[in-house]
Amino acid sequence: MKSKDRNYFKILRAGINTTYQDLGRNNLYHIGIPFSGAMDKRNFQLLNSLLQNDYNSPVIEFAYQGPHLKYFGKDIFFCISGNVSFKIITKEGVIDGNSYQCYLLKNGDEVDIRSTNKSVYGYFSINGTFGVDYYWGSCSINTQAQIGPNNGNKFSKDLEIEIIDINNSFNKRKLDYLGSTIENIRVIKGTNYDYFSESSQNKFFKESFKITKLSDRMGMRLEGPKIENIVDPNIKSEGLVKGVIQITSAGDPIIMLSDHGTIGGYPKIATVISADYDRLVQLTPGSNIKFKDVYLEDAETLYKLYQMETNNLISQIK
Amino acid sequence: MIKNILNLGDAALYCDFGSDVNQEINSNVIKYFYHIKKLNLKGITNLTPSYNKLIISYDLNIHSFLSLKKKIENIEIKENNKLEKNLIEIPVCCDNNFALDIKRVENKLKLKSEIILEKFFSKNYFCYMTGFVAGMPFLGDLNQEMRLKRLETPRVKVPKGSVGITEQFCNIYTFETPGGWNILGNTPQNIFDTSNQTNPNLVNPGDTIKFYRITLDQYNEIKR
Repeated sequence: MKSKDRNYFKILRAGINTTYQDLGRNNLYHIGIPFSGAMDKRNFQLLNSLLQNDYNSPVIEFAYQGPHLKYFGKDIFFCISGNVSFKIITKEGVIDGNSYQCYLLKNGDEVDIRSTNKSVYGYFSINGTFGVDYYWGSCSINTQAQIGPNNGNKFSKDLEIEIIDINNSFNKRKLDYLGSTIENIRVIKGTNYDYFSESSQNKFFKESFKITKLSDRMGMRLEGPKIENIVDPNIKSEGLVKGVIQITSAGDPIIMLSDHGTIGGYPKIATVISADYDRLVQLTPGSNIKFKDVYLEDAETLYKLYQMETNNLISQIK
Repeated sequence: MIKNILNLGDAALYCDFGSDVNQEINSNVIKYFYHIKKLNLKGITNLTPSYNKLIISYDLNIHSFLSLKKKIENIEIKENNKLEKNLIEIPVCCDNNFALDIKRVENKLKLKSEIILEKFFSKNYFCYMTGFVAGMPFLGDLNQEMRLKRLETPRVKVPKGSVGITEQFCNIYTFETPGGWNILGNTPQNIFDTSNQTNPNLVNPGDTIKFYRITLDQYNEIKR
């Protein structure tokens, strides 16, 4: 490709854990490959809807601090989802941008994604398609197993992000949305719930747990009252799913997240319901959470309501 | 053959085949796994077989727990349905640089290293499951006199290719990861091939593994 025809971003600063993500890869747990995919699926969906991209188009995910990008090429629009502070640097000056709003970029303009606010993940994309390779049907980068584009690694300084397609019939759009947060995480009791003493079962639902710094795309480690195991600190290793809360031998909960190991041998006390997953992953280290017990039938209904709410937001984009 | 189907959260079935770990129960899990995989049911997003459980993840937009449970309960699998088994030979070098825990194993089992290795290589192993990290096979069973616990403190980094034992099982570390198994050697063979988009795993559930011993020179030759 001749350089004058190229449209690309150059990474001036990579940010933290910046990767490509889409909806992830299915049906590979049995060989040890987790779903991966955007941690916060609602913000992923909103971003692709705002930019009128295909529902499973690749986006750039970042945690806490995003990348600083310099753009080279013909006019393009970009948008950011999540609770994110960012600056747009053009020849005319510097402005603060708003999430869920599309902005024009010209050759030489920059986007400096400073931070996520009271949240972990943010998303960046354009009215077009990034040039990514697909591995088992997905471009999601799993840095733990080194699967995905960029050799399965997170972005680094000086990397160039190619754009292979720009939607020229695009019109600027926006959504008035402040995001949605959560303090009580709703769960369904786990398959090893009876491994734990009655007083620990009570503590699990009555007391609060702090999210520790040992949290990433693989899992979220919590700190709080020790959960006492009265049967066996280990089970025969078996499959895990995202949202499962295991109790380690030390008595601490650990929640499996999108890049988790596919099998594990700690007892499962509970599983986070699907409706609360997007908001769970956005909770920052240091936050306190409480678990609330719900029935399976209610969890199924709550998920449908959550999806309706997302679709309702999408219909409000104008 | 499935004893009970529970829910694991709101988007997965937890199929329980029993509490023991043996090849008979595990073969049933694997038969169900391959059978359901072949059915290619819409909305099934993952199948995770393990020693005695099968987890079926599904898309909540398409299935609910009760409707999918009924579908799975109605599946009939003939008992005499034979499992397809491959015999896979894997070279292992037990040079001192690779046999990270041989001294510990000697002490715990009260056996000389040569005897330990002789016993280890004299047996074929059955693959119960693969996973935790991509492609890692969980193999068994070791003879009674070869069984010991994990390291008290897991290693932060176990080198890729390490072959380890714990309890009745052995495995191969397909990536450099943290781990607590007792390492007896290292294989130069690639067990997980990221570039293979159809079947990246060298070893699959139900396969039989024969380890054979190689020298350091042979190891370096294969690595090259």
